[in-house]
Amino acid sequence: MSSIAALKDCAYRIRRYALRMGEVQGQGYIGQALGLADALAVAYGHAMTFRPEDPEWEGRDRFLLSHGHYAIAHYAALIEAGILPLEELETYGSDDSRLPMSGMATYTPGMEISGGSLGQGLIVGVGMALGLRLKGNPAFVYNSMSDGELDEGSTWEAAMSAAHHGLGNLICMVDINNQQADGPSSQILKFEPIADKWAAFGWFVQRVNGNDLAGVLAAFDAARQHDQAQPRVILLDTLMGKGVPFLEQREKNHFIRVDPPEWQQALAILDAQHAGATA
Amino acid sequence: MNTVTTPKPRLTTSAMIASIASEGQRTRAAPFGKALVELAAQRPDIVGMTADLSKYTDLHLFAQAYPERFFQMGMAEQLLMGAAGGLAKEGFVPFATTYAVFATRRAYDFMHQVIAEENLNVKIVCALPGLTTGYGPSHQAAEDLAMMRAMPGMTVIDPCDAHEIEQATPIIAAHKGPVYMRLLRGQVPLVLDEYGYQFELGKAKIIRDGRDVLFISTGLMTMRALEAAQALQRDSVDVAVLHVPTLKPLDAETIAREAAKSSRLVVVAENHSTIGGLGEAVAGVLMRAGVHPAFRQIALPDEFLDAGALPTLHDRYGISTDAVVASVKSWL
Repeated sequence: MSSIAALKDCAYRIRRYALRMGEVQGQGYIGQALGLADALAVAYGHAMTFRPEDPEWEGRDRFLLSHGHYAIAHYAALIEAGILPLEELETYGSDDSRLPMSGMATYTPGMEISGGSLGQGLIVGVGMALGLRLKGNPAFVYNSMSDGELDEGSTWEAAMSAAHHGLGNLICMVDINNQQADGPSSQILKFEPIADKWAAFGWFVQRVNGNDLAGVLAAFDAARQHDQAQPRVILLDTLMGKGVPFLEQREKNHFIRVDPPEWQQALAILDAQHAGATA
Repeated sequence: MNTVTTPKPRLTTSAMIASIASEGQRTRAAPFGKALVELAAQRPDIVGMTADLSKYTDLHLFAQAYPERFFQMGMAEQLLMGAAGGLAKEGFVPFATTYAVFATRRAYDFMHQVIAEENLNVKIVCALPGLTTGYGPSHQAAEDLAMMRAMPGMTVIDPCDAHEIEQATPIIAAHKGPVYMRLLRGQVPLVLDEYGYQFELGKAKIIRDGRDVLFISTGLMTMRALEAAQALQRDSVDVAVLHVPTLKPLDAETIAREAAKSSRLVVVAENHSTIGGLGEAVAGVLMRAGVHPAFRQIALPDEFLDAGALPTLHDRYGISTDAVVASVKSWL
């Protein structure tokens, strides 16, 4: 059983790595990365089974990054997991780097799919979950997606199919930060009541504050331990920029504005807050 | 006595998947389905998937033989392609079937990003290629070859008959990487066995030789080219037929070599739009090779095609045997 304190450390490091990559590139989806860091800490720091030295180990739980633009967050988690070396974050988004701006399986160890064309991760997850079951492999497939991907028809093709096939080995995480390219997700295409929708499709549904580590931890445990042959979804209400107050309060945008000196300021605030919290 | 003129009978649109076999032609039933069932006995990694069209792609035979390895994905082509990619990532070799229109026009990005970009081992096998139904543009895949040829890493095959489909099925399963294969299903004409033909991936083959005309053809148009060659023989026109079942990778060497021989009229024949199919591919090969024969294209027009009876439509759009013969005569 992972302690909340240990997961706090884990989430802090994920945020730190993401900010450092943002500074390297001078841009990036840092708001999303900071928002999802707690869920990633629980996934990689607690829930998932994997071998850092062998990212393709057959027994691993599969983590699919459907929203490929969250790669900055996923790379940070892969560094935290020991799958990617820390020093590689200096190459983020650069020519010939293994860490492109949008996540691709063909570039990066631990990156299971080439996401980015939104609404594809969950359908690939359906296929992988069917395949794992056919092989008798007990691994879980985690699909991480954004609330904007709820707009895509393919998401609901997958939702219907996963329930039809009784895929109890499929866990979907939806990052609800209510922000997509053209504005607040709820105004782009109304998605509520989102828990009812997933439930009506036949999923085991939990909705939690995605930045409350204890709640997220309990939700991941319940998702794994649920004893019905049905797919599981964890709806994570998150705050963009979480952990860096001036970014939490910045005008909401798909790409949160960060001015050049602010990367170091954000790191300093993050470090100070974490030191204070753990003191 | 009054003379009664009998009007030409008006043909009616036949079932969704009409057999393209002409009356009295030798056929074989469900060559793809049977070949896959046979292959799967030796290959436990083969799985079958469809988007509510198993019966119409002959995949129902596989579903009956191996129910635990068959996945009904519902009428959801994006899901079909994406989930096929997922199964391939877990080490299986999925044969995913639907109609060509739905695979190419509804699920292109899923084949592109999920399957082709990772070079996954998915075999996409699609019925109703080109103009093989009278149901109109909703079901007529006149541009599928153009779309699939444009996708990096995709192998593209248009087999001629039952003999070739039987041979190609285990060969594409053995090939590592994504494949798009056009499918004739139901009672499928049997032609190439008489020529001792053997399918090889990526190879164009001379089926018959001749001095005056060189057909370069793919898919069912090779059958039509062979029939046209026999008819033209009666008028002392000597016709060669080069069959090109693999559109990608294209056997450019054989095509350029045959086209450069003597001064034959080159006629490229395909059951596909004039845009982006074999005709334009061959033209490109010949231009790059510096081979410049007289060149004609038999292909479907760049239009939304009519609904109606298939024989009527094949005449109308110039891909029936009679229409091919007439075209060639007009060009000589």
